[in-house]
Amino acid sequence: MYDGNKIIPGLVIFLGLITFPFWYNIGSAAYEKPQLKLPEIEKECVEPKDWIRAEHMQLLDDWRDLAVRDNTRLYVNQAGKSFDMSLSKTCMSSRCHANKAEFCDRCHDALAVSPYCWDCHVEPPIVEE
Amino acid sequence: MALNRRSFLKAAGLTTLAGLGGHAAMELLAPGALEAAQPAQVGAYPEALTAKRWAMLIDTEKFTSAELYQKCIDACHKTHNVPTIPGKQEVKWLWTERYAGTFPEQQHALVPEKVKHQPFLLLCNHCDDPPCVRVCPTKATFKRADGIVMMDMHRCIGCRYCMAGCPYGARSFNFRDPRPFVENIDEHYPTRMKGVVEKCTFCEDRLAKGQLPACVEVSEGALIFGDLADEDSEVRRILRERYSLRRKPSLGTNPSVFYLI
Ligand code: HEC
Ligand code: HEC
Repeated sequence: MYDGNKIIPGLVIFLGLITFPFWYNIGSAAYEKPQLKLPEIEKECVEPKDWIRAEHMQLLDDWRDLAVRDNTRLYVNQAGKSFDMSLSKTCMSSRCHANKAEFCDRCHDALAVSPYCWDCHVEPPIVEE
Repeated sequence: MALNRRSFLKAAGLTTLAGLGGHAAMELLAPGALEAAQPAQVGAYPEALTAKRWAMLIDTEKFTSAELYQKCIDACHKTHNVPTIPGKQEVKWLWTERYAGTFPEQQHALVPEKVKHQPFLLLCNHCDDPPCVRVCPTKATFKRADGIVMMDMHRCIGCRYCMAGCPYGARSFNFRDPRPFVENIDEHYPTRMKGVVEKCTFCEDRLAKGQLPACVEVSEGALIFGDLADEDSEVRRILRERYSLRRKPSLGTNPSVFYLI
């Protein structure tokens, strides 16, 4: 092989760099599934749990456009139950996820997502139990 | 170690298969999880108040006390978490102004003293031809089919073209985070954030649920709200009977707010 003494160290350095994320993380705690606190009163979400977990951001995005731009504020799910298309009044209501810190935030923090909605939408005050 | 065309295509094909296979595996393990659980239905509340063109009449004869003005302003600003910031960074949806500022085109030396010093209630005029909507680059402000000039806070980029476009000064910019300036934040309505423009929305969120605008509700009959396109509506009846003014008519914006004189 021509120039083997340059190519081989080059390859070693390259491999070292490209696998950096793996060995950098050695020893640090593995990802833990966040422990979420589910609502105590309401047991059923607007849509099935699996779907809402994957699609809630899309649903909220649709809701805000429908409510604010199309003046359409009533949502009827497949089971025929109706909801106000509102982040504060439905999702975060005292019957549901008023405990933002131990539900939305726990998951978002674990996944490094930080929705900017709370710059305006009011986080419900924590009620002491 | 030559990678010829043939082996490249093979590798590429395999990677594609792996990608598709991922989806298939997901389907096998958690059927339906990737598909939408819809179709849900959406619609308006049955009790919603609707109109072809919403309009407001301000009966200046009934506004005899400063308390009544303040009552309307407080009702508005409380329901919408409008901050109270003194000075030039003021944010307002509903406010008062003297005759000279309200009807600059109607000024002359002989306007009665009483009128000259009387405050008038000001708000967004919900123009039929709104200049703010024309200049907004993101369609954050737009005119609805029922005439309401609406603000979509989610799209506002804070360029303030609309403020330059509005001839009525109806729009306020959030120069800073408004939250510290809102007493008792109502969690049912979002505040705004630094860098967006806001204004009166004719309480479209209340109309959608069958309620009149907050200011109209507390105005003791001094504010009348209704459909300007409906000949039999109360607003049309009153406009037939009484003399009214609109602000800066020569601009051709065609406001939906009328001042009964
Ligand atoms: C099980 C985990 C989980 C929980 C619980 C959760 N989220 Fe999320 N959320 C996510 C993930 C993951 C994303 C990012 C998706 C992406 O980036 O495409 C996200 C994104 C979002 C976004 C879009 C953010 C953006 O910048 O586009 C919004 C809005 C949101 N979540 C709202 C909520 C609210 C409100 C709650 C609580 C009622 C909540 N989420 C609870 C996992 C979760
Ligand atoms: C600049 C301020 C601001 C930000 C940031 C913001 N919103 Fe809003 N949002 C509002 C305002 C104001 C309304 C109008 C409320 C109404 O008309 O009832 C609204 C309405 C909504 C509505 C429908 C009505 C309701 O009561 O909830 C939804 C849903 C919504 N926003 C979702 C979101 C989501 C999701 C995010 C984050 C990704 C977000 N918003 C970020 C200001 C904001």
